[in-house]
Amino acid sequence: MALTTEEVRHIAKLARIALTDEEIERYREQLSGILDHFEVLNEVDTEGVSPTAQAFALSNVQRPDEVRPSLSPEDVLRNAPRTEDGYLRVRAVLE
Amino acid sequence: MTTQANVDYNVDYNVDYEAVIGLEVHIQLKTRSKMFCSCDREYFDTEPNSHVCAICLGMPGMLPVVNEQAVAYTIMAGLALGCDIPTHSKFDRKNYPYPDLVKGYQISQYDQPFCLGGKLDIEVDGEPRTVHLERIHLEEDTARLLHRDDGAEAYALIDVNRSGSPLMELVTQPDMHSGAEASAFLHKLRRTMRYLQIADADMEKGQLRCDANVSIRPRGQEALGTKVEVKNMNSFRSVQRAIEFEIERQAQVLAEGGRIVQETRGYVDATGVTVSQRSKEEANDYRYFPEPDIPPTVLDEATTQAIRARMPELPDARRARFESEYSLSPDEARTLTDSRERSEDFEAAVRAAGGGLARPVALLFIGEVARHLNELGQEAELSETPVTPAHVAELAGLLERREVTGTTAKEVLAIAFETGEMPAAIVEARGLKAVSDEGAIDEIAARMIEANPKAVEDYRSGKKSAIGFLVGQVMREAKGRADANTVSSLLRKRLDSGS
Repeated sequence: MALTTEEVRHIAKLARIALTDEEIERYREQLSGILDHFEVLNEVDTEGVSPTAQAFALSNVQRPDEVRPSLSPEDVLRNAPRTEDGYLRVRAVLE
Repeated sequence: MTTQANVDYNVDYNVDYEAVIGLEVHIQLKTRSKMFCSCDREYFDTEPNSHVCAICLGMPGMLPVVNEQAVAYTIMAGLALGCDIPTHSKFDRKNYPYPDLVKGYQISQYDQPFCLGGKLDIEVDGEPRTVHLERIHLEEDTARLLHRDDGAEAYALIDVNRSGSPLMELVTQPDMHSGAEASAFLHKLRRTMRYLQIADADMEKGQLRCDANVSIRPRGQEALGTKVEVKNMNSFRSVQRAIEFEIERQAQVLAEGGRIVQETRGYVDATGVTVSQRSKEEANDYRYFPEPDIPPTVLDEATTQAIRARMPELPDARRARFESEYSLSPDEARTLTDSRERSEDFEAAVRAAGGGLARPVALLFIGEVARHLNELGQEAELSETPVTPAHVAELAGLLERREVTGTTAKEVLAIAFETGEMPAAIVEARGLKAVSDEGAIDEIAARMIEANPKAVEDYRSGKKSAIGFLVGQVMREAKGRADANTVSSLLRKRLDSGS
């Protein structure tokens, strides 16, 4: 299933990734290949099989509403490139 | 991106157009821990990034586990609003990049939410209306962003404490037609949440957030007009004003031969206008897919019934019961059930007062007690004051037995709000007991007639209203401790007999 250049540009935009024309062409081929792999699944006859979102035979995995200790603020910020007054600092956000 | 505050108020837009309004309401659930991890859910007045773990920080490889209470609360809301509770539900990932969304996706519900349909009955200007619901689903809240500018650059600070808190989203059908209806809907919704004790739903604190989809169409037309999404409203009042502004803005655009653009507009509280934020020409593309880390929820009838059994009496039912059980008017019952806490204080006072005193207790709550509470703030409750239901009960008893007059009762209650002393003790200590001795009152009446010849003359020359002045004089002399009706009849007796 071949993706168009426009579709790749759209996906890149959604993911906020800037791509060059060469990269777009490269990813177009790679992503199209991945979709081809999934196309194989379409050959399976699913007549009479109800759709499922899960492959595990699990349901209702829940926990009681109890508070447990969190990380220390120091640990929370440890990997952040920039912090300020105990907050993570990032560049300005524009709509 | 221009502001259009120049609405022509001389044009009656309502004649030509009907507004159609749907709301999207987010409500924070009052659980102890977060939605998918065991961090403390509280973020108000907390040290930044102190209620955060690897799960709500969005670290790779972490496993979110559903908070059972958040699910129960959502089902409870659904049952209270008459929704269908499907047997099968699941969570999905909603993908969008934004710094307040630590994982790059929000765990939400797409095509199988916990609650479908439902409705809320409201009243606008005394007219009953029904607002139908589309659905209620459960999702996680985002981190909090603080926008800063240090002169060198604009930037944002992130506090992850709110990230991953349970958030219930309720979507109405486009069933409302005015800002007043939207406001009435939100008030009733908040009251219902508070009765259920699943949310405080305080808009000023961001515990209830509301976006409005507003469109208008020529009256009588079936097809809906182009809708505009209005955001940034942080009080019930601003929701109403924003919608009213938006309806008039759209009507003006159409009246001038223009076209409504599908867009998001932000409400500016200071000026009362909506301002274009972004055009929706490019539709959102959230690429929802089933959350692979969370197995689906299967709700059997027994579980739903167990949740239903935990539900308290709801506002409409309590109001109807108050009317019949305590012989209250619809208005009185509505006032007393406006807040759950006040309705419970009222009933506690009725029990404490003993049989037959429901009515005087109700009148105190609706009158003087409410007046004192309103002075403290719009949503003040008795529990914030030194006065308890037992105080109100005792005062109602004193009034009923005519041991205090209505005037004194006000004074006694004011002292109780000040000091917390019990009414009987206040009356005893300050000598406020009603003067029940008619002879004593009559003696004062005689003196006041003597002292006010002008009023007496007015009365006798046919100006019967002059009696009011004399009653006032006697009451003042008796320091409010005489019964006004007794005073009036004693005065009349003397004046009419010529003595």
